[in-house]
Amino acid sequence: MASKSGLLFSGSDWDFRTLSRAYETIEAVATEELHLDVYPVQMEIISSEQMLDAYSSVGMPLMYRHWSFGKHYLYQELLYRKGGRGLAYELVINSNPCIVYLMEENTMALQALVTAHAALGHNHFFKNNYLFQQWTDASAILSYLDFAKGYIARCEERHGVDAVEEILDAAHALMEQGVFRYHRPPKLSSEKQREGVRERLEYEERSYNDLWRTLPPSKDGTKPRETDTMAERRKSLKLPEENLLYFLEKNSLILEPWQREVIRIVRVIAQYFYPQRQTQVMNEGCATFVHYTLMNLLFDRGLIGEGAMLEVLRNHSNVIFQPGFDDPRFSGINPYALGLDMMQDIQRISTAPTAEDRDWFPDIAGNGDWRQTLLDAWANHRDESFIRQYLSPTLIRKWRFFVLADAANDPHYEVASIHNERGYESIRAALAHSYDIGASRPDIQVVDVDLLGDRHLRLQHKVKDGIVLEGGSRDATLRHIRKLWGYEVSMAAVDAQTGATVHERSTSQIGE
Amino acid sequence: MPIFIDRRLNPKDKSLGNRQRFLRRAREELKRTIRDQIRTGKIADVDAEHAVSMPARGTGEPSFKDARNSGSRQHVLPGNKHFARGDRLPKPGQGGGMGSAPGRTESEDDFRFVLSREEVLDLFFEDLELPDMVKLNLKEILAFKPRRAGFAATGSPTNINVGRTMRNSHGRRIALRRPKQEAVDAVAQEIATLETKPQNAEMRQRIVALQEELERLERRRKRIAFVDPVDIRFNRFDAQPVPNANAVMFCLMDVSGSMGEREKDLAKRFFVLLHLFLKRRYDRTEVVFIRHTHEAQEVDEETFFYNTQSGGTVVSTALEEMHRIVEQRYPSREWNIYVAQASDGDNFVTDSERCIALLDEQIMRLCQYFAYVEILDERESHIFGATDNGTSLWRAYSAVKLRWSNFQMSRIATAADIYPVFRQLFARQPGYQKSAERGG
Repeated sequence: MASKSGLLFSGSDWDFRTLSRAYETIEAVATEELHLDVYPVQMEIISSEQMLDAYSSVGMPLMYRHWSFGKHYLYQELLYRKGGRGLAYELVINSNPCIVYLMEENTMALQALVTAHAALGHNHFFKNNYLFQQWTDASAILSYLDFAKGYIARCEERHGVDAVEEILDAAHALMEQGVFRYHRPPKLSSEKQREGVRERLEYEERSYNDLWRTLPPSKDGTKPRETDTMAERRKSLKLPEENLLYFLEKNSLILEPWQREVIRIVRVIAQYFYPQRQTQVMNEGCATFVHYTLMNLLFDRGLIGEGAMLEVLRNHSNVIFQPGFDDPRFSGINPYALGLDMMQDIQRISTAPTAEDRDWFPDIAGNGDWRQTLLDAWANHRDESFIRQYLSPTLIRKWRFFVLADAANDPHYEVASIHNERGYESIRAALAHSYDIGASRPDIQVVDVDLLGDRHLRLQHKVKDGIVLEGGSRDATLRHIRKLWGYEVSMAAVDAQTGATVHERSTSQIGE
Repeated sequence: MPIFIDRRLNPKDKSLGNRQRFLRRAREELKRTIRDQIRTGKIADVDAEHAVSMPARGTGEPSFKDARNSGSRQHVLPGNKHFARGDRLPKPGQGGGMGSAPGRTESEDDFRFVLSREEVLDLFFEDLELPDMVKLNLKEILAFKPRRAGFAATGSPTNINVGRTMRNSHGRRIALRRPKQEAVDAVAQEIATLETKPQNAEMRQRIVALQEELERLERRRKRIAFVDPVDIRFNRFDAQPVPNANAVMFCLMDVSGSMGEREKDLAKRFFVLLHLFLKRRYDRTEVVFIRHTHEAQEVDEETFFYNTQSGGTVVSTALEEMHRIVEQRYPSREWNIYVAQASDGDNFVTDSERCIALLDEQIMRLCQYFAYVEILDERESHIFGATDNGTSLWRAYSAVKLRWSNFQMSRIATAADIYPVFRQLFARQPGYQKSAERGG
């Protein structure tokens, strides 16, 4: 029946044949019309319960065990059961092949929408965006997670759940400070190489003999570290260091090899997610733009029926719903909506520019090739630079953006800019800035460690615009660092502009 | 062509391990919550799911966060209606988040979730120090007994019903006309005899025909098996719940002023444990609460645990009241009667004799099981723990205990002391419940 009428599918039920046909058609249209370039796709059908599972373990299909995932599960389950929040229709994993989870409850129309959105939109973005290309290794992540799960399970067997939990708790607390932001992390080496390293660690662990400690220290300095001058040592430790987990993993004096490996696992996972955090608007925008464009193309070609299209559109408009700031439903800027709007705006600028657009975007205005323009943008930007580059006055007026200056000691907010000629630039800069993850997260670095003396680890928090850390969570996190470091840890808050120390907090002040 | 993997049938509860880890972490706090809920709730409600709120301690996930009330920042917001540059707006009250970050992390630590019945019981059992067998018994929903229920075409080899299988096989062999062994033997025999005789053309032809016939028969025998998988029948068993009768549980408690908060809490746990036991074993369990001072009355659960009365202590009044209720509403032919009595041991001096008489002559005959706990001060327990002298009621009951095997008594000072009172009860095999019913 479906083939007779020329439709890809009819009715709401799906089966694997229809899914496969839909994917092939959509992919053909996507390659031909949008020139997308994607990883091969692996589609997995899961139930709502399994979707909840995936939600609570940071969206990954494989994950080691930790109580915090159980807690998140309880929370997600509560929201879901109460009907407070629907589940995502899909989940997509940046891997090669690209894994797309489809919920079994979806209707066929939704499955087609999800296929266009995730299996093509997100997939193209993962494969082509420079951040993902350079910072993550799509082919290695699943095998790495598999290893991580197994490794942590083995550690629990050998050292007890509590001991492992303690390290994981501490490492989780530092996840945000566990990424390299400015220099690229080393590629995940092949599993084989890692296996070799681990074997060596295990051998060292086994062959360690306490007897050797009774040997007198040799005169030519078997422990050259301790004869170094402090400055040299700081240099050898490559201080200052922004990646706290990396620093602790490599330099903590009290950790055993397996503990270092556990920290490394958490660090690798944090690093893997780092690009995703920087490309929310672009990633979702790209996927939304792709599904919207593709579904309309399919409809125009008579491949999907009117009923299905209506369902697609209803879901599409739910996804891109953006209430104003004074609406009770407002909870920040919807990355789907902003991304889609900006990309459609780029399409408009390159095909039908106004004089204003020609003024603002001389490179792309009226170039007629919106496909290439978008492909370039998707490949070469992250949220911050994308907004800085492409947010147009037209869109600022459409969204009626305004900037609110908020000083803590002022009982009033002040409207700093609105959508007018004087405000465009500053709104664009402020919005871009708010998506700059480097700027919006606390900047904490290891600056000094006195290995010769009391092994006091000194951290520095650069206070920008007078924003200090929240006291309770700061103390609790410092306690975790102390656990990993083993000796006193202190953190100085230093004003980024003046260099003056705002205050200092040390673990000796906190207590257990 | 994408690869499809259907994961719907993958094992569920992938996050169960994480949930258990989480509960373990919050164990102490959850235990306290459950204990409070048991203290304030009804006895019969223990055996169910409980909603608890997220424990605050031990489940925090700290990280470095910016303090909201410091420094200066800019928010970019959509939907400007009438603001102009330079407008000043008063900030909403404390914690009003107009910021770009919705305050999700805060609410994520503040919600209620449901513990399953098993998890609740685990927490409840924890400091009762029950043997594992008993815990398992209590958690088990119903006792089932396999009953024969006809035949099935599938099953485990141990359950093959040979008679039925052979009957099917026979029928099939007849229907398909499987050559019998005798028929084959007869043909073979004939060939043998013919072969010994002098040969001529007719004979040879006959032998060839017979050999063909023999071959055909043997082929047919091979093709039609003696016992074919389709013949096999298995005994089918249905899990049938063990027929349970009704049980009534009498909770007797001294509510005079000497029973304080701690004593009542211990008594309540004692009652809960017996109730759990009964509920598992009987279809219908009713609970009757009788409180007494110098006079006894039947009350509802609320009054039983939360109202105090002043007055002396005359235990026999409670026993009499109970006897009266049994006569009226719970004939011992239809009901299994369990009695749990908690007291601090005080009794009017001359009353103990009367209690002994009542128990010996009337009550012990009627009831299945009588458990008495005397709640001691923790300091007292060191002194009295092992000796037989003690309160007047204790001495009186000791005499009863000698004569009746279904009478149990114990002194308790902590929750861990409760279980030994029931040891005999739990030691019984659930399957023999019926036969042991009247034996005690």
